[in-house]
Amino acid sequence: MKYEDFKDNESLEALAQELRANGTNVFVGCLDNFINWARSNSMWPLTFATSCCGIEFMAIGAARYDFARFGFEVTRNSPRQADFIMVAGTIVHKMAPVLKRLYDQMAEPKYVVAVGGCATSGGPFKNSYHVVQGVDKIIPVDVYIPGCPPRPEALLYGMMQLQRKVKVEKFFGGRNKKEKKNQETE
Amino acid sequence: MELIEAIRNIAPGATIEEGAIPMVTVAAPQYREVAWKLRNNPELSFDYLICMTGMDWGDSLGVVNLLQSTAHEHKIYLKTFTTNREEPELHTVSDLWETANLNEREVYDFLGIHFINHPDMRRLFLRSDWVGHPLRKDYNADPALNPIRLENDELPDTTPSYEESPDGEIHETRHVIFDGDEYVVNLGPQHPATHGVLHFRVSLDGEIVKKVDVNCGYIHRGIEKMCESLTYPQTLAYTDRLDYLGAHQNRHALCMCIEEALGIEVPERVKYIRTIMDELQRLSSHLLFWSCLCMDMGALTAFLYGFRDREKVLDILETTTGGRLIQNYNVIGGVMDDIHPDSVKKIKELIKYLPPMLKEYNTLYTGNIIAQQRLKHIGILKREDAITYGVTGPTGRASGWSCDVRKHTPYGVYDKVDFKEILYTEGDSFARYLQRLDEIMESLHILEQLVDNIPAGDYAVKTKPIIKLPEGHYFKSVEASRGEFGVYIESRGDKYPYRMKFRSPCLPLVSVVDLLARGGKIADLIAIGGTLDYVVPDVDR
Amino acid sequence: MFDFSVVTHWIDGLLRSFLPEAATIVVECVLIGLCLLVGYALIALALIYAERKICAFFQCRLGPNRVGPYGLCQPFADMFKMLTKEIIEINHVDRFLFNLAPFMVIIASVLAFGCLPFAKGLQVIDFNVGIFFLIAVSSIGIVGILLAGWASNNKYSLIGAMRSGAQMISYELSIGLSIMTLVVFAGTMQITEIVELQNDGWFIFRGHIPAIIAFVIYLVAGTAETNRGPFDLPEAESELTAGYHTEYSGMHFGFFYLAEYLNMFVVSGVASTLFLGGWMPFHVPGWEGFNHVMDYIPSIIWFLGKCAVVMFIIMWFKWTFPRLRIDQLLRLEWKYLVPLNLFNLLLMVVVVVFNLHF
Repeated sequence: MKYEDFKDNESLEALAQELRANGTNVFVGCLDNFINWARSNSMWPLTFATSCCGIEFMAIGAARYDFARFGFEVTRNSPRQADFIMVAGTIVHKMAPVLKRLYDQMAEPKYVVAVGGCATSGGPFKNSYHVVQGVDKIIPVDVYIPGCPPRPEALLYGMMQLQRKVKVEKFFGGRNKKEKKNQETE
Repeated sequence: MELIEAIRNIAPGATIEEGAIPMVTVAAPQYREVAWKLRNNPELSFDYLICMTGMDWGDSLGVVNLLQSTAHEHKIYLKTFTTNREEPELHTVSDLWETANLNEREVYDFLGIHFINHPDMRRLFLRSDWVGHPLRKDYNADPALNPIRLENDELPDTTPSYEESPDGEIHETRHVIFDGDEYVVNLGPQHPATHGVLHFRVSLDGEIVKKVDVNCGYIHRGIEKMCESLTYPQTLAYTDRLDYLGAHQNRHALCMCIEEALGIEVPERVKYIRTIMDELQRLSSHLLFWSCLCMDMGALTAFLYGFRDREKVLDILETTTGGRLIQNYNVIGGVMDDIHPDSVKKIKELIKYLPPMLKEYNTLYTGNIIAQQRLKHIGILKREDAITYGVTGPTGRASGWSCDVRKHTPYGVYDKVDFKEILYTEGDSFARYLQRLDEIMESLHILEQLVDNIPAGDYAVKTKPIIKLPEGHYFKSVEASRGEFGVYIESRGDKYPYRMKFRSPCLPLVSVVDLLARGGKIADLIAIGGTLDYVVPDVDR
Repeated sequence: MFDFSVVTHWIDGLLRSFLPEAATIVVECVLIGLCLLVGYALIALALIYAERKICAFFQCRLGPNRVGPYGLCQPFADMFKMLTKEIIEINHVDRFLFNLAPFMVIIASVLAFGCLPFAKGLQVIDFNVGIFFLIAVSSIGIVGILLAGWASNNKYSLIGAMRSGAQMISYELSIGLSIMTLVVFAGTMQITEIVELQNDGWFIFRGHIPAIIAFVIYLVAGTAETNRGPFDLPEAESELTAGYHTEYSGMHFGFFYLAEYLNMFVVSGVASTLFLGGWMPFHVPGWEGFNHVMDYIPSIIWFLGKCAVVMFIIMWFKWTFPRLRIDQLLRLEWKYLVPLNLFNLLLMVVVVVFNLHF
């Protein structure tokens, strides 16, 4: 997808700006670009669906929408082998520890996509006693896809946004690592 | 009125409130005895517990059971209550109707009523360390009491039970679910074959399944509680999200229930449109069933074929309603908007398109020797079991139980169309599989009759801006894609329902898994789960 | 027909001209190892791409088409991603065995891969019990799988590994017997000789009925050996999440993933060597002109082409059939394939003894 086709995304722009600010070593930079190319084009989702959005997740795997085109094809059932988790559906209190555990079981680098209103904020169930109001209460989220459920096109767009986000990361001493260090020292 | 006489005879102390469905109220001490008689009296033989609703009436707690006799086709409510709010206790009826087993656990979970002699008094949906019982009117919803807990909820291998000794003494005992040396495997909550977040704890002997313990609640969203604080039009949205594959049918049930309570007669055009949409929804659901079953059994290509054809159905739904999965189309008194002019043409195309595809399915999968051997004689559900577990829908009909709501209590325009109720008698996985494929054909047949005859008229009647249901209780059910979906509303004349209960078709489906899978292989458990075709958010609500 | 031994002899001579004997051997070993590994990786990547595209076309989809032209770079992206992915250290596992398992699997498949005759004169090792060696090394993989399942300390992995054990040991029998049928026919176990013998007609044609039966059995058993659908019980996704490699992440999982594809290549390589003449062009005895034209096609193309056909059939299986249940799987082997195989072996002996073949 072309750069102009994406709607503006300030947070990504800021991230890229920050990374470019200090300049990079040519060699390391090239290697970084290469690794990011590989990573962003080979995002394997964990098959994780709790409710309605899961059906749309299945639909994008199917013939009409076919996310295999972008390299999302290999859905892994074991969190160890997955690259990102599509939280497709409501997360409730009983499920929260399970989701956290699944996230912890995944190997770095790992990403989270919150699909649909429920995963983003609790959606229509925001007032329920048993619903977690957005998965970002439990695990860090990279991309939010709104909708109830989002259309498959929206899911694909969200997944491409994730690819875009992966592309501005740095493997060799990038932003992510710095953040981690800060957290440790705090 | 013979029915009421007969009930008076067996339960002299009961108060009977007459109505479309008579309400029989018995005091807690007589409850079990009356229930036993209702179940076993040959004149009454109420062998099918449609729905058990736990109630909090403010001063008392209790249950309302909706019973039906499959032989005589009459229905009653059986209501009982206890005024002890601190330690409410009622006798169990789970040995009379198997479906009460999970339902009583649900009532315990929501209202804290202990069922004496119930073998397994664990919470059904909520965590074991959850504070309070949410459906009580005095429930403290302070999030500080029940924060998001990230530590694991240890699942015990024993379960509490309140047993009554012969002298009337009640004492707590513990039943063992799994021995310490059993090889227990967790299937789920995150597992590709559980169709969502259902959790089976499976005790294995090599490849052979010895016992299955179902854990629900991983997607319990508290819909029933939320409905109590929403106006009637607002509650509609939640029905779509229960069983999202029967979104339209569920909403149909709730709309009909409210319309009946208000005495609204919807125009003929609305009935046609609703019926057409119901059948389209059934098509999409059954196609998804086929796809997912095939995927569970390892035939990935079949999955893609099913989805390819399902998209065609979704296209039609989308042109009219704008939604693919969740349509939000029914409203009280009609439908949201008129049917799209292109729909008729598209439905006709679909009617032509699908039968050859079904032939392809048969060549690809039904006729496959591996598939046949994996489905035939596996997970046999007998007719009696189907009834006592309350397993309706295609699964019940595959066991030979004629339970199609469309035939028995027609709604919409099902009384005007000619269709067969498909019945199989084998009750095995293969029968359940064929059942659904045949129902696809039957749905096409129904659509064929309806699509050219949609009468002119309004697509909705005007309703008052604020809808208040007259005091009373109302029940309406429809044949959703997976079975009988019912809505029970108890109203106190407010604009909010006092209690709204959804009779989910999937909870009974989940409760029979243990019965069907015992003695089979792990692979059979997957095939059984696939052919039962439950939708987990509908189980958990 | 171009003989690759010309090239290899030339390299050998070149090295010997300026290196002592021992050093030459070392350098040659390293060179061969490098070539094998590169070939291994390339073929695996090509297979991954092919499988994705083929299954996509079976399923009315397009398959990868965004990464590189026609999605050709997709497997490379996958591989480099996997290389930079974290390898999780898991508590409560037998760390040594856990880490050893993927290497066992990959070593077995590289060893078997090394035995294949890729083209005329292009073969790493050629000795009198070549086929025997091939069967032996390809079975080491099962040890790796069992270790993976056992060491993971995970119930799914264990069930997967046990299934795999039962399956591999059973189907090893069918593979062995069907290969033995062909060995009886060929009268030798040396791979080059087997290929040379097919100069005037591939074994599947010359050995007619018993050879065709053996070929079918070999294909079925070979698919089972590679744990591919419909025999993918050990990693049955809908039952055991990911089977024996549930706990493996990063490149450790990558090894299992690569080995699965390479085993498929090895199985089809053996099938084409034994039944379809290996690198031998399609010859019809007596049609000299035709045979001569066929000889113009390089031998390596013949070999890879035959492998591709066999692999396509194996993929076709996988994307068509549902998975077998464990009892069906074992019943198929012990009740049908083994007796049929024994009978077929006898038939082949009769054919050979009475000279009933072409």
